[in-house]
Amino acid sequence: MARRITATDHPTDEAPLLEVTDLRTHFLTPAGRVRAVDGVTLTLERGRTLGIVGESGSGKTVLSRSIMGLLPKSNVERTGSIKYDGTEISGYSQSEMQAVWGPEMAMIFQDPMTSLNPVMRIGKQITESLRFHLDMDKKEANELAVGLLRSVGIPEPVKRLREYPHQLSGGMRQRVVIAIALACGPKLLFADEPTTALDVTVQAQILNLLDAQQRERFMATILVTHDLGVVAGRAHDIAVMYAGKVVEKATAKTLFSSMRMPYTEALLESIPKLEYESHTRLSSIAGRPPNLANPPKGCHFAPRCRYAQPQCVEEEPPLVEGDVPDHHYRCFFPVGTPAGEEALARNKAEGRTIHGDDVEVDVSVGGGAN
Amino acid sequence: MAGSGTAHLRDSDDIVLRVEDLTVEFPVGRGRTVHAVTGVSFDVAKGETLGIVGESGCGKSTTGKAIMRLNPIKSGSVTFKGTDITHLKGNTLRKLRQDLQMIFQDPVSSINPRRTIGNVVSEPLEIWHKTDGGDALVDRVLGDVGLDPAIARPKRRHEFSGGQCQRICIARSLVLDPEVIICDEPVSALDVSVQAQILNLLEDMKERYGLTLLFIAHDLAVVKNVSDRVAVMYLGKICEVAAPDDMYHRPAHPYTAALLSAIPVPDPDVIPDTGDLAGDLPSPIDPPSGCRFRTRCSRATDRCTAEEPLVREIGPDHYVACHFPLIGETAPPAAETPVGSPGSPNGSA
Repeated sequence: MARRITATDHPTDEAPLLEVTDLRTHFLTPAGRVRAVDGVTLTLERGRTLGIVGESGSGKTVLSRSIMGLLPKSNVERTGSIKYDGTEISGYSQSEMQAVWGPEMAMIFQDPMTSLNPVMRIGKQITESLRFHLDMDKKEANELAVGLLRSVGIPEPVKRLREYPHQLSGGMRQRVVIAIALACGPKLLFADEPTTALDVTVQAQILNLLDAQQRERFMATILVTHDLGVVAGRAHDIAVMYAGKVVEKATAKTLFSSMRMPYTEALLESIPKLEYESHTRLSSIAGRPPNLANPPKGCHFAPRCRYAQPQCVEEEPPLVEGDVPDHHYRCFFPVGTPAGEEALARNKAEGRTIHGDDVEVDVSVGGGAN
Repeated sequence: MAGSGTAHLRDSDDIVLRVEDLTVEFPVGRGRTVHAVTGVSFDVAKGETLGIVGESGCGKSTTGKAIMRLNPIKSGSVTFKGTDITHLKGNTLRKLRQDLQMIFQDPVSSINPRRTIGNVVSEPLEIWHKTDGGDALVDRVLGDVGLDPAIARPKRRHEFSGGQCQRICIARSLVLDPEVIICDEPVSALDVSVQAQILNLLEDMKERYGLTLLFIAHDLAVVKNVSDRVAVMYLGKICEVAAPDDMYHRPAHPYTAALLSAIPVPDPDVIPDTGDLAGDLPSPIDPPSGCRFRTRCSRATDRCTAEEPLVREIGPDHYVACHFPLIGETAPPAAETPVGSPGSPNGSA
């Protein structure tokens, strides 16, 4: 039953591990077609970490689930190409994907409480995939599970195998989820908001663990989060998503040193920083992401953007390459360029700065939530 | 750390809320007890925001609920505007809650899904028969929190985003014009961009309504941003109390330093801290003797096992409960002060 996909039989080392081209995932709902992922293109090399950043509703989770083929079939329309290790997998059926999940790709979910089975022992949950994919017998799988638990930093692994999820703390549960994801030695690991449900201290531990495991196993990782702070020191490349599209894409260094997209800038500014004095006014992003069933014309971020000009409302900016190679963004008036400065100055002069401090005049009620 | 003591309590006339030696315990069967909060003291002056920060399970929410009298108080006292409210019952207790309001962590589940927002926000007024001019008041608070009253009132919670639901919860707590609002992790369920909106809103509302806030959260960066004074808690005890900027520049407690280093910095050149803080919180059923932080502390010695540190002043308005703080002097040997005997989790409480 553990049929391997052809890709592993003919490893093509030249091809990037993951190549996603013009991926679109649309949900067909009574309210209309929701364009959750709308034309995303990205590549990921072996051993690299890609951070996908965006607010709730920006499509980052749907993107990772689309790539992994975890979305339901009904009322979902997925087009575009997903090449894994040189093999096109977008047309794979559920049973074909089963050979991919585990040994090739694995996912860590946000909430460790709900992603573990509460009535199954930890050991069983880890060894399940080992026995299915790697044809191990019980004893062998158990030994490997002990090693896995030890490698993710769980004390007394032998005892833990016999325990249930409720007997562990939130951080320990997330470690178990990581152990399950790593069990079959995936080459591509999706971490979907792996630390959002956890405390800051535990978050640091879990991110360090992911870092170490990734280096040790030379895995490619996609780290999905809403917090730019989380990916800053951990990801090689960062893609910022907004309203189903990648709006800025660059190496972490480039993105932080010369960000071009006003949305990225606004996301970064909304993080409360430790070095701020207390009671520093945070700049937040007014409003909220658009309704994806009926997105605004032009740049989707324009209604919340303080650089926005009449052109932005009319025309959708294409993904253009910046001065630095591999730095792409979608903006007519990029941050830190003369055009952007001018646009901002013009908006300020006309008193049109839509920015965080403006009380949210409720444009969105009845919008995105339908 | 994790010490008792009252050295940090202030003796001033404008103290609105004072908690002294608060102990909250929960029985968990077979004669065992969860020592959720043990000997915690703090005070909040009028118009001040006190931030309480600590990991999950440190007792910060239990403390907040105990002040609201939603949790049983085993010992200690809570004084609100000079009145001891620890033993209030029935109607007097209910009346008190007009002045003491609370905002909860999950804004969506704290709004009744079947009622309209207008109804949710005006209910406190109906309960207290303050319906005269109630409609106008509801409109005003909804407007103040940034929602259009005409649009929002007839809708129900599923038509709002998480951030908007938190705005509604804030409006509901403001409608009775309370003195103190206890915010229990008000932003941890929200995105960073929305988090900034809500934090700014809380600051605005504090000014407009003359509020005193108790702000509970696990993220020190968030707490630091809104607070005038910060108390760090660990396993049911207070570790450090200081002004936020002072605490950030000169953390005295090893735990505070660990909390600070755990916050991710949005700068790719900063190498993430590899973690001073190993392991998990010990069980509150059987907390460590002496200093409760010693099992995870790199500076712990035998003294930390034997003797519980008391809160003491190490700088102007900077208090710490640690024998060997990162700044200031080592605690003098305790002679006359009663300390927790080894093994007793609440010895000095």
